[in-house]
Amino acid sequence: MYCLWCDEELIVHVNWLNLFQPESRMNVCDQCKKNFIKIEGKVCVKCGRPFERLKCHDCIRWDEFYDGDDPLLKNVSLYMYNEFMKEVITRWKYRGDYIIGELFRLAFLAKFKEQYLSLLKDVVVVPIPVSRARAMKRGFNQANMLASFLSSTVKDVLVQKHLEKQSKKTRIERMTTINPFSITEPINKSVVLVDDIYTTGRTLRHAASLLKNNGCPEVYAYTLIRS
Amino acid sequence: MYPGTRNEVYFILITILKLAFKKIFVKMKKDQGGLLKGFPVAFDSAKNTSLHPDFLNELSRKFAGKLLTRHEILINDQMFQHLLSETLFQPIPSIQKSILSSPTCNRCNNTKKSLFALIPCTKCNEFHYYCRKCIMMGRVMECEPLYFWTGRSYPWPKLINPCSWTGTLTKAQENAAEKIVDAISEGKELLIWAVTGAGKTEMLFPGITKALEQGKRVCIATPRADVVRELLPRLQQAFSSVQIQGLFSGSRDNDGTAQLIISTTHQLYRYRRAFDVLIIDEIDAFPYHHDASLQFAADRAKKENAALIYLTATPRDRQQDLIASQKLNHVFVPIRFHGHSLPIPTMIHCTSGTKTLPPQFLSWIKNRIKRERQLLVFVPTIKLANDLKKSIAKLLFAENLIFRHSEIEHVHAEDKNREEKILNFRNKKIYTLITTTILERGVTFPSVDVAVLYAGHQVFDEAALVQISGRAGRSPQDPTGEVIFFHDGQTNAMVRAVKAIKQMNKRAEIFKKKKGESR
Repeated sequence: MYCLWCDEELIVHVNWLNLFQPESRMNVCDQCKKNFIKIEGKVCVKCGRPFERLKCHDCIRWDEFYDGDDPLLKNVSLYMYNEFMKEVITRWKYRGDYIIGELFRLAFLAKFKEQYLSLLKDVVVVPIPVSRARAMKRGFNQANMLASFLSSTVKDVLVQKHLEKQSKKTRIERMTTINPFSITEPINKSVVLVDDIYTTGRTLRHAASLLKNNGCPEVYAYTLIRS
Repeated sequence: MYPGTRNEVYFILITILKLAFKKIFVKMKKDQGGLLKGFPVAFDSAKNTSLHPDFLNELSRKFAGKLLTRHEILINDQMFQHLLSETLFQPIPSIQKSILSSPTCNRCNNTKKSLFALIPCTKCNEFHYYCRKCIMMGRVMECEPLYFWTGRSYPWPKLINPCSWTGTLTKAQENAAEKIVDAISEGKELLIWAVTGAGKTEMLFPGITKALEQGKRVCIATPRADVVRELLPRLQQAFSSVQIQGLFSGSRDNDGTAQLIISTTHQLYRYRRAFDVLIIDEIDAFPYHHDASLQFAADRAKKENAALIYLTATPRDRQQDLIASQKLNHVFVPIRFHGHSLPIPTMIHCTSGTKTLPPQFLSWIKNRIKRERQLLVFVPTIKLANDLKKSIAKLLFAENLIFRHSEIEHVHAEDKNREEKILNFRNKKIYTLITTTILERGVTFPSVDVAVLYAGHQVFDEAALVQISGRAGRSPQDPTGEVIFFHDGQTNAMVRAVKAIKQMNKRAEIFKKKKGESR
């Protein structure tokens, strides 16, 4: 085995737990693992960023924006955003190094079980789509990949029209964009939206409000990174 | 007449038509064979293609000698299909699968299994291999071939008096320059072993001039983007009438269509049989020296009978062996362009931990002879560069060497403001620069003293230490400079570096006596 990030050779410890499940073995070296910083301790109850008090300013603004009826109930993120993460995401998403996603498999599933599966009984996972043109270019959708790591039912019911990249826009531009999604099938169970990154929460709320308008009782979000 | 007869008649008619078409098609192909051999443009392209000769010319300028993915060829699909049907582009499978061993990437020659992975392809609905080794140049996938231009090659002009450089070469430089000119006109391989500060770039000018006059295409490749940035303006000045492009990841002008190209070795992945002259600067530098795929790319980028010139100040064992066994022609330039000898490093033993500055460094700063010289401090790691900045700043404030915090800076490979800081140091806006090994080579500061802290660290191998020592005493106005290795135990690398420098100085003396050069 080699480290997926730096390609250093790994010494794999095979034991009774992972003998028959090679995918549960480590695929990243200790040096690289140190750079992935998990979000722990006190967080904003709403968006999951590290925060000392109850609710962060951005989330209070979202409440005002939706008059107290925010379509997104809660977001949970796994990792913090830093320079290293930026590099990883660039290579994974934009360069299209698909296999890098495997780095997150175990940790992403573990936190999902801890945060959501213990609370919600019947839950459907919906990945945030990318437009067809971009999926063609990249070859894959990172949210689909993340969703496939989870143990719950995945339903890919959202479709996106081709729009400009969110990451190239300013905050105000991002706030005022029109809903880029359409829905192919209504879901009447609790939904957890899955995406790679929560920046302002705009995209996730567009998807959430669309789902709620089509009869979904409650919408949560689970993202890899909180930036 | 029963209905079958009519069908038979149709069938015969169609067959005749097909045959006729085939004849025309074969004739066209033959013409294209002529095209490949290089008939005059206006004559053949007007005959067998609907494309305008000027457009074809433009295409060949852009794509001749390139090996590109479809994304890198900025032509719309319809036109591209047309060019394919006229066999102006030839598809080459990007990843070659084999049953017994791991796949091979045809762009970077990667065969390491861990650097291939499977990806579900949205176009073909199946899993494909892609290469992770050269993914920074854009992903190559099994189902997407690479394209190689098979139209005629571009007739690069025979330039008249391309060189606008008015300086003169020293005798040592001239000696090497003559050999380079010979190697270029005969298409040979040659290694130039020139000490740091010998004026390697200037030695190339006569050779490049000759090549451009003969209508050849020239590429200067180097492992480091910093060196490309440094070389580009110097060459633009020396060849002011020639279009020159500098290629590195993130460079503005990056289509690589100039006759004279300066490029990082990574960018050579995109070329195949493109250059008549390939000059590789700093062959012993990271990552070229360690990376077989870059050497593969360099080899593929040159034409079959191209001249290949290597430049280095510190040849590695492999090249030394080749020289010793006379498999590689070489010229040794033992003397700096200003004629003075190389500064010999002093080794100072220190007694201290890893967090604080050694007391010997403090006393050296206090007792330096020429305090107006800027200070270049090398440290082994980025973390140390960060940690030591504060304590060095404190020391310099106490010594009245700096008066503002902006006069001391540190740089490393991941520093975004690296170019700006280097420029400020060159313009003497910064007095002290703390750096990792990224500034060990290719950069010139006129008047500096050099200190290496923790010189015993493994990143400072012999080549690195010789290069670092070569940063001092580079200008004729101040041809000496102090070089100090602060260490807590001599390493072989240090001893060998000092020995090598002394030996080169000795050879310089012999050379001077022989040539009677006094400058």
